[in-house]
Amino acid sequence: MERHPLNLTVNGKPYAVETEFRKTLADTLREDCGLTGTHVGCEHGVCGACTVVVEGKAVRSCLMFAHQAEGMEIETVESLEKEGELHVLQEAFAEHHALQCGFCTPGFLMLVKGAVERGEELSDAELRHLLSSNLCRCTGYQNIIRAVRAAIDTFKEKASAVPEAAR
Amino acid sequence: MKPAPFVLHSPKTVSEAVAHLADIGEDGLVLAGGQSLVPMMALRVAYPSDLVDINGIEELQNISVENEELAIGATVRHARFYDPVEPGPLGRLLTSIVHHIAHHPIRERGTFCGSLAHADPASEWCLVAATLGAKLVLVSQTGERIVEAGEFIDGAMSTTREPTELLAQARLPLLAPSARAGFYEFNRRAGDFALGMALAAYDDDDGLMRNVRVGLGGIEDRAARNSAAEAVLEGQRPTQSLFADAGRAAAESVDPMEDATTSAEYRRDLTAVCVERALAAAAASSSAQTSR
Ligand SMILES: Cc1cc2nc3c(=O)[nH]c(=O)nc-3n(C[C@H](O)[C@H](O)[C@H](O)COP(=O)(O)OP(=O)(O)OC[C@H]3O[C@@H](n4cnc5c(N)ncnc54)[C@H](O)[C@@H]3O)c2cc1C
Ligand code: FES
Ligand code: FES
Repeated sequence: MERHPLNLTVNGKPYAVETEFRKTLADTLREDCGLTGTHVGCEHGVCGACTVVVEGKAVRSCLMFAHQAEGMEIETVESLEKEGELHVLQEAFAEHHALQCGFCTPGFLMLVKGAVERGEELSDAELRHLLSSNLCRCTGYQNIIRAVRAAIDTFKEKASAVPEAAR
Repeated sequence: MKPAPFVLHSPKTVSEAVAHLADIGEDGLVLAGGQSLVPMMALRVAYPSDLVDINGIEELQNISVENEELAIGATVRHARFYDPVEPGPLGRLLTSIVHHIAHHPIRERGTFCGSLAHADPASEWCLVAATLGAKLVLVSQTGERIVEAGEFIDGAMSTTREPTELLAQARLPLLAPSARAGFYEFNRRAGDFALGMALAAYDDDDGLMRNVRVGLGGIEDRAARNSAAEAVLEGQRPTQSLFADAGRAAAESVDPMEDATTSAEYRRDLTAVCVERALAAAAASSSAQTSR
């Protein structure tokens, strides 16, 4: 099968790879970029395990071809931890037992990252509606809801603790 | 679960896109949001030889109001409707409906026009287009034609679009400032396709209903207006018991789909409920209120 050169920018780093047109972004991230944090569950848009952020938007990476993402900013779960320090979302998931096997976790983290970092004022109903995008087959959703709620609050506190001049 | 091989074309203009479609012919497909097409390719229900990716065409990303119509370009995504795209009842109606389509990440990619081209019987946007009388702009290398949504949708997953045509724009007539419009959908889980849904709109003429439009989706093989329900309502005063009559009239008139989990009789019952509740939602809508 014919492969075509492709330049991707993932988590701020350039990746020069060669893939077929038919290869999804999810498979390319895992197999060609070596970023196996993005998980592949259903491969047809239902489970959300493959959720990544492209150009600031949470999308299903199994429903995008890698060649469509050329020149775009792609963020995966590997971008969350910075120099050994976990993202507030990751801390909150650990704290509130929002994962057991962890298969769905990268997808959930990338699904809500934007809302958390923008400090969105989500009602309980809106938060549940957003989280209904993704499936978790073993933890159940209550702890995930709690963790995301806590992360939103912590993120806001941290942001307001930074002195104006340093922002 | 991997798509079959294909050649990807990434045009930057509509004329380039339709030139590709003309060259490729029967075996080519347009790639819009990919939120229906890519799953179908993964399941090998679809295996096009070529895809013409329209996401890089800037002129198709626009949404605007021209001549009392809302013009929606081919790559306007579902998420654009989270906030009203125009200040009148139509903008508010679309905002109240968009949350019923799939899930947030799918709404970030999937497009209004792609939903029409895909023509799922349970597509919310097909219901909107068929009920409100959208005009669809089809462009090919040889020219342009405009088709009414009711003539475009030709059955489940079937349209009268030629393989060489690009659905470039959908035009929805604005609702009058005094119009009332409401939507109701039933499904078992958030984000699932509707088992049944209805859309109702009418002008409030001094307490009487005029220009009544009632549409059904997810019930029959295509989203369409229901003339039996409309006939019950036209020129009458909106009352709960009349809404129930309209629901019953719709239920008697439909030819419901049947599948492994849902019988035709169930969908017939659901028809009455959806019509009655969509009408109640319309009556409760007011020009000042933003329904969500
Ligand atoms: C888990 C899940 C749940 C979903 N739930 C719902 C739901 O509840 N309601 C709903 O309505 N949809 C639902 N969808 C489908 C989603 O709304 C799609 O976005 C939509 O059906 C198609 O739009 P698209 O832009 O993604 O089109 P694509 O997937 O890119 O294309 C679909 C088809 O239309 C053709 N096409 C697309 N655009 C054009 C054009 N401009 N000109 C000519 N042909 C074109 C393509 O060739 C293809 O055949 C769901 C999808 C998933 C994965
Ligand atoms: S793997 Fe992409 S949604 Fe399931
Ligand atoms: S933690 Fe196991 S599937 Fe969610």
